[in-house]
Amino acid sequence: MASLKQLCKKPELFSKGHRACAGCGESLAVRQVLLAADQPIVTVMPTGCLEIFSSIYPHSAWQVPMIHTAFETSASTASGVETAYRFHKKMGRMKEDVKFIAFGGDGGTYDIGFQALSGAVERRHKFLYVCTDNEGYMNTGIQRSSATPMGAHTTTSPAGTKIPGKKQHRKDIMEIMIAHDLAYAGQTTVALWNDLVTKVQKALAADGPTFLNVLVPCPLGWQYPGDRTIEVSRLAADTCFWPVYEFDNGRYKINHLPKEKLAVEEFLKPQGRFRHLFTHPEGKDVIAEIQRHIDAKWALLQKKAEVLG
Amino acid sequence: MSREDNSSWLKTGPHYWDGDYACAEGAIAAGCRFLAGYPITPSTEVAERIAERFPLVGGTFIQMEDELASMAAILGAAWGGAKAMTVTSGPGFSLMQENIGLGVMTETPCVVVNVQRGGPSTGLPTLTGQQDMMQARWGSHGDYEIIALSPSSPQECFDLTVTAFNLSERYRVPVMFMMDECVGHMTEKVVVPHLSKIHVLQRRWYRGKKERYRPYVPGKDLVPPMVKAGDDFRFHITGLTHDERGYPVINAACQSICVTRLVDKIKQNADRITILDEDRVEGAEVVVVSYGISYRVATRAIALARDKGIRVGSLRLVTVWPFPERRIAELADKVKCLVMPEINLGQVYLEMERVACGRCRTKLVPHCGGWVHDPEDILAAIVEGAKP
Repeated sequence: MASLKQLCKKPELFSKGHRACAGCGESLAVRQVLLAADQPIVTVMPTGCLEIFSSIYPHSAWQVPMIHTAFETSASTASGVETAYRFHKKMGRMKEDVKFIAFGGDGGTYDIGFQALSGAVERRHKFLYVCTDNEGYMNTGIQRSSATPMGAHTTTSPAGTKIPGKKQHRKDIMEIMIAHDLAYAGQTTVALWNDLVTKVQKALAADGPTFLNVLVPCPLGWQYPGDRTIEVSRLAADTCFWPVYEFDNGRYKINHLPKEKLAVEEFLKPQGRFRHLFTHPEGKDVIAEIQRHIDAKWALLQKKAEVLG
Repeated sequence: MSREDNSSWLKTGPHYWDGDYACAEGAIAAGCRFLAGYPITPSTEVAERIAERFPLVGGTFIQMEDELASMAAILGAAWGGAKAMTVTSGPGFSLMQENIGLGVMTETPCVVVNVQRGGPSTGLPTLTGQQDMMQARWGSHGDYEIIALSPSSPQECFDLTVTAFNLSERYRVPVMFMMDECVGHMTEKVVVPHLSKIHVLQRRWYRGKKERYRPYVPGKDLVPPMVKAGDDFRFHITGLTHDERGYPVINAACQSICVTRLVDKIKQNADRITILDEDRVEGAEVVVVSYGISYRVATRAIALARDKGIRVGSLRLVTVWPFPERRIAELADKVKCLVMPEINLGQVYLEMERVACGRCRTKLVPHCGGWVHDPEDILAAIVEGAKP
């Protein structure tokens, strides 16, 4: 738990002046993650929006060491760096306690980088992997990923006369990562800054590999005005479309219980990527299926928190 | 969501398309109905176009989890009987290499589109390059021959995609369609011919008796006919060295037969496969050999050189692999110099130098990528080459 006052006094490790779109959720997440860290940090980042908007010379936003790596290998490169550090430490060449954070978008985490991530956490490298999940390949111009929710229009799941957007539900990456017996795993979103900062601190303190899945709304890909990022992010949590919870040493805990669980339409309506669902002949069915899926997942999570809390 | 009229599967008539769109439409015209891909700049527009068009023409587009999966999926689709294609750029092309080798070994017809950008690694995602030409030739491990085409305009992105499918069906080999960012993102007039004017080669199916079927018994042209999964044939497809029945035989004798035929079916048919575009080559003292976008730039340099009174010819490699050894050797005996501009530091040039074998001078006009040549640089090489 941190107070805004405390955070404000800390040096910005992800500085202003980068070239992200107005209202970019990912830049907020990275800023908040680095603000949460109290130790020296080494970061790894694959190809994606983050690389393009934050690291193109002479406008680097990174005030910490950062290694850019290939799209699929953020977790692998972090494995190498962390192993070298452990070796140096063992040989007495390094005294400092250094922490490692690997970033990846949902494409680099759920899809192409999944093998690297799974391998790295199985080998128990001590690092935090942060997935900044904007539910699609935004850097290449908004294509579907396995994190894209059902019904969303992307350029490779285009809503038209034949199909009403993406046909499948998104992959439940949290449960997949939890199945790797992680020391800590958490899911949150940028609107809940305090929850995010707390989760980063817990993850960095844990002994072993840790994982954070942060929902970062994307005004361009989700098609809403850039000044509504925090609102959309909060709606994701309040509709339980994006359950905010953690898995800490074998215990499930729900960290954000909406006062009133809103209907998913509240989350879908502000976003252009779901606009067709309100006019397409199959739209009603798709919305009903999205709601059913959310309800089922939420009920299961509550049960887990009850039994394994 | 497009406002275009998509009611007809073949969009006969004039259009104003970029190379990526034209390539997608060429694939549809060639009968491609399966595309597996993964987003990567500057090739994504091909997949996007296909994602929008395929549901309307009865095709299947799958966005895979990476390029390894994309390449493997099109091999599977081809064995399921479909004409299949994938599309990528440098880093994705690197990831596809193992499965391209599997496609070569299993003689699976398919088309791999590479809209080239500057490399190595992430390199220049949005800027042009021709730096994957040798990777197209040698990227997968082991000995093999490959077919690669290089279009110079959006019109050719349409026309040659059809040719690429025809060649892959004819010779049962993955065909590399080596576009570059400039051609992919260049918007020009593209005329889609009437259906009757588009030559589409269908797969050569096995017509013999079912019980006598052996998957790798080649015809006179060294290419075996195909069957597809579900046709009630018993067949075994493997990346291991195999005999005519398709069964793995792990010894030197079988390796010699298997790999030699894979290489020979391309080498011995090279003259039939090769497509060249020549202009005023006869009587030339210098010939500029070029491909892709570099050809368009070279055209300007050639015009400037002709203004200076130099007899310059142009030889464009429409097919880059197999390398047109016979024609280059003929020219090497006749000209003072062969000049090659390419947007890399010398790849296809090495083949030209090898074939010319000292019979004439050869000059490379290199470019690291990120932009096209300055025609003046090519002109300087032509002027230098024309000196006695």
